[in-house]
Amino acid sequence: MFPSRIKLITALLLAGFAAGAHAKTELLVYTAVEADELAKFKAAFEADNPDIEIKWVRDSTGIITAKLLAEKAAPQADVVWGLAATSLLALAKEGYFQPYAPKGLDALTPAYRDSENPPRWIGQRAWIASLCFNTAEAAKLNLPKPSSWADLTKPVYKGHVVMPNPASSGTGFLDVSSWLQMWGEAKGWAYMDALHENIAQYTHSGSKPCKMAAAGETVIGVSFAYRGAKEKTKGAPIEVIAPSEGVGWDLESFGIVKGTSKLEAAKALADWSVSRKANEMYNEEYAVVAMPGIAKPVPNFPAGIIDKMIKNDFAWAAEHREAILGEWSKRYDGKSEAK
Amino acid sequence: MSAVLGPVVTRDANAFWLRAGLWLLLAYLGVTLLLPLYALLSRSVEDAAGHFIGLANFAEYLSRPALRASLGNSLLVAGLTTLIVTATAFVYAYALTRSCIPARGAFRLVALSPLLAPSLLPAIALVYLFGRQGVIRDWLFGEPIYGPIGIVIGSCFWTFPHALTILLIALAGADGRLYEAATALGSSHWRTFRTVTLPGAKYGLISAALVTFTLTLTDFGVPKVIGGDYPVLATDVYKQVVGQQNFRMGAVVAIVLLLPALAAFILERRIGRHHSALSSRAQPYLPTPRPARDWPLFACCSLLAVALLGILGMAVYASLVRLWPYDLTLTLANYNFDLRDGGSWLAYRNSLWLATLTALAGTTLVFLGAWLCEKVPALPWLRGLIHMLALLPMAVPGLVLGIAYILFFNHPGNPLHGLYGTLAILVIATVAHFYTVGHLGAVTALRQLDPEYEAVGASLRTPAWRLLGRVTLPLCLPALLDLAMYFFVNALTTVSAVVFLYSPDTVLAAVAILNMDDAGDVAGAAAMAVMIFLTAAMVRTLYAQLSARLLRRLQPWRAGSRA
Repeated sequence: MFPSRIKLITALLLAGFAAGAHAKTELLVYTAVEADELAKFKAAFEADNPDIEIKWVRDSTGIITAKLLAEKAAPQADVVWGLAATSLLALAKEGYFQPYAPKGLDALTPAYRDSENPPRWIGQRAWIASLCFNTAEAAKLNLPKPSSWADLTKPVYKGHVVMPNPASSGTGFLDVSSWLQMWGEAKGWAYMDALHENIAQYTHSGSKPCKMAAAGETVIGVSFAYRGAKEKTKGAPIEVIAPSEGVGWDLESFGIVKGTSKLEAAKALADWSVSRKANEMYNEEYAVVAMPGIAKPVPNFPAGIIDKMIKNDFAWAAEHREAILGEWSKRYDGKSEAK
Repeated sequence: MSAVLGPVVTRDANAFWLRAGLWLLLAYLGVTLLLPLYALLSRSVEDAAGHFIGLANFAEYLSRPALRASLGNSLLVAGLTTLIVTATAFVYAYALTRSCIPARGAFRLVALSPLLAPSLLPAIALVYLFGRQGVIRDWLFGEPIYGPIGIVIGSCFWTFPHALTILLIALAGADGRLYEAATALGSSHWRTFRTVTLPGAKYGLISAALVTFTLTLTDFGVPKVIGGDYPVLATDVYKQVVGQQNFRMGAVVAIVLLLPALAAFILERRIGRHHSALSSRAQPYLPTPRPARDWPLFACCSLLAVALLGILGMAVYASLVRLWPYDLTLTLANYNFDLRDGGSWLAYRNSLWLATLTALAGTTLVFLGAWLCEKVPALPWLRGLIHMLALLPMAVPGLVLGIAYILFFNHPGNPLHGLYGTLAILVIATVAHFYTVGHLGAVTALRQLDPEYEAVGASLRTPAWRLLGRVTLPLCLPALLDLAMYFFVNALTTVSAVVFLYSPDTVLAAVAILNMDDAGDVAGAAAMAVMIFLTAAMVRTLYAQLSARLLRRLQPWRAGSRA
């Protein structure tokens, strides 16, 4: 009885090894891209690269950044993909990335990538701050429609504004960073002090304020244009507003982690990510992408939002990220939802 | 002498393996409990570079007002929940054991049902009940549900059955003769209640209060979902570790959380000793119908049962609505977890695996461990030590255990480092987390067996393992099934320890609820919570039928007493 069982086990083991030998290269990719889009990108990339399989680790920008920093001594990820350029800049400074110039890099807007050659990180598309405003709830409460950042500090909106916590959310950080860049330190923090009075809750993720507005859990959610457009398309009674003073934005970007054992597969993903096809996919939901001249308007995006994008200094934002978040936590952490 | 020689030899070989078993068990508990906790303690007194700095981290903790506030908040919320739950659970248990209200079986079933749901479920349901678009939001008079009110209501829901179980046991064993005497002496009902019933249930009440307090204090699911801007210790731990990857401060908060839990545990154990067994001459107390008592109690129970069912029902309804509150058409779209931010069917499948493996491994380990402790006539000090170790997990909150596991198993120098990020470590952590209750259950079952079996076995020169397989295991079958069920359901619903230990491949259903809620996908979170509840309820029903059938076949003599 025993020998036959041993034979069976050996055969099974061998079969396992054989299968292992033919297995696809598994690429561990850390990302902050919204989950409802990840499946689409994975499927498209794997269709073009049948030998490679993407394994996503997805969380909000701040969490992924903290995770990458914590793993600095022994990085787990092969590629960082679709994370805020501000974060990639800070990580690049730590020597996190393997410089690489993907095929077709020249076709991209030069301002949307690392200035070094070959670049350590490359931008994919911009995500842009917006307000999600629930018209149905506003009508019930007789609240006027806000059109500017300044409007949000008006006493009528007390307890009706929800915004993401910048420490965990990239969207939250780009808001704070844009206010400080537009108005300077003193005025920027004074604005946030006033805004804090009206905030009902600081959320973990950048989507949640807009989803809360879409569900009537709040009247105004400080969020970003993609999420607002998406919720509106789904039928939520919201209006997506680009505040008049200008809107913050950041670039979803990628970089290859230095020391990865799967460099070839990582390069394949990099090449694919700058291709025209990829850029057209980016454009399905985002109005501003790295490859110039191909973007088509996205349904329900606020009108004129591209003209309102501020002149964003990534280097400044990356350099001061830590200090800004420290100051922010000191001032406002009491109202923050657990991250 | 030669006649004696035979059994001595077998018994020696026997004894060797049994001793080895005890040592192995000690080693296992050492690695999965003591060493991780030691890693946690040592991290809390080190600086970022790993130098010993005494209590400086704790001083830093106390210097941060936001963190300090959480301690007060935690104690307040846990205290309020304890008051409410102990009082209501007492009334409920009293009605079930000491009155003649109708539908007692149904009431019991409803009250115990929260045991099958993760603590996140009531929190999610509260968003739909009392949130800004909640069905009955006006009941809060404009107060927001996000904060202490939400945490207290949510905690009451899931801790209620825990307190109830303790009080049901405390109230079940009453000596009817005392009540007869009271009636004969002309004592009023109220006076009898005060002088006979309450003192009899005193230790049960204290025990229920302590358990409720500890559960609420260390729970993380409810405050995470409904706590809004109200920080408590449990969410602080999570913030420090997952949000900021600050393991040092996370360890400090974990220890601050461990202390009250430990104190409550020690107090509970001391009181537990006072539980006096009923005298052997006691007559069971049989309540007689009395409308003046029964109808008000029936009303109270109905109210509580409706509240429990309302919360459960709301979660189910919310998971089926397309776009709350604007499009109330029913849909199963929220169950399409693969399209949800933070959720996936993989998480659900992983949870089933975890629950199954935990049930198998946990039952085997805990039962064998208890058997070694109870039935091996050697090394009494070692058995005592193991018994103490087995009680330890009860005092260690899941969050604390989770962090201890990261610090211990994720250390690059640890030879067991390879376990990190696998399903195996989730199983090990879950078994360790729920070890105590399993151990105590197994010990109780084993103590009910006549020690004569061992004596007879020894004189017949039967090896211990054969006795275990032929006699002890079949006799303990109901206890074994209970044990497996306990591990299964808890592995399915727990979130506190595993939230720190999952990897992309081993993400769990309860963790997916958290992540979906974080991303604002509350309907998806509700759907996953409902999936967990339905699965646990289904398995529980199957188990009830299976165990009844098994018992009829294997232990026909029990059928009479059980029917």
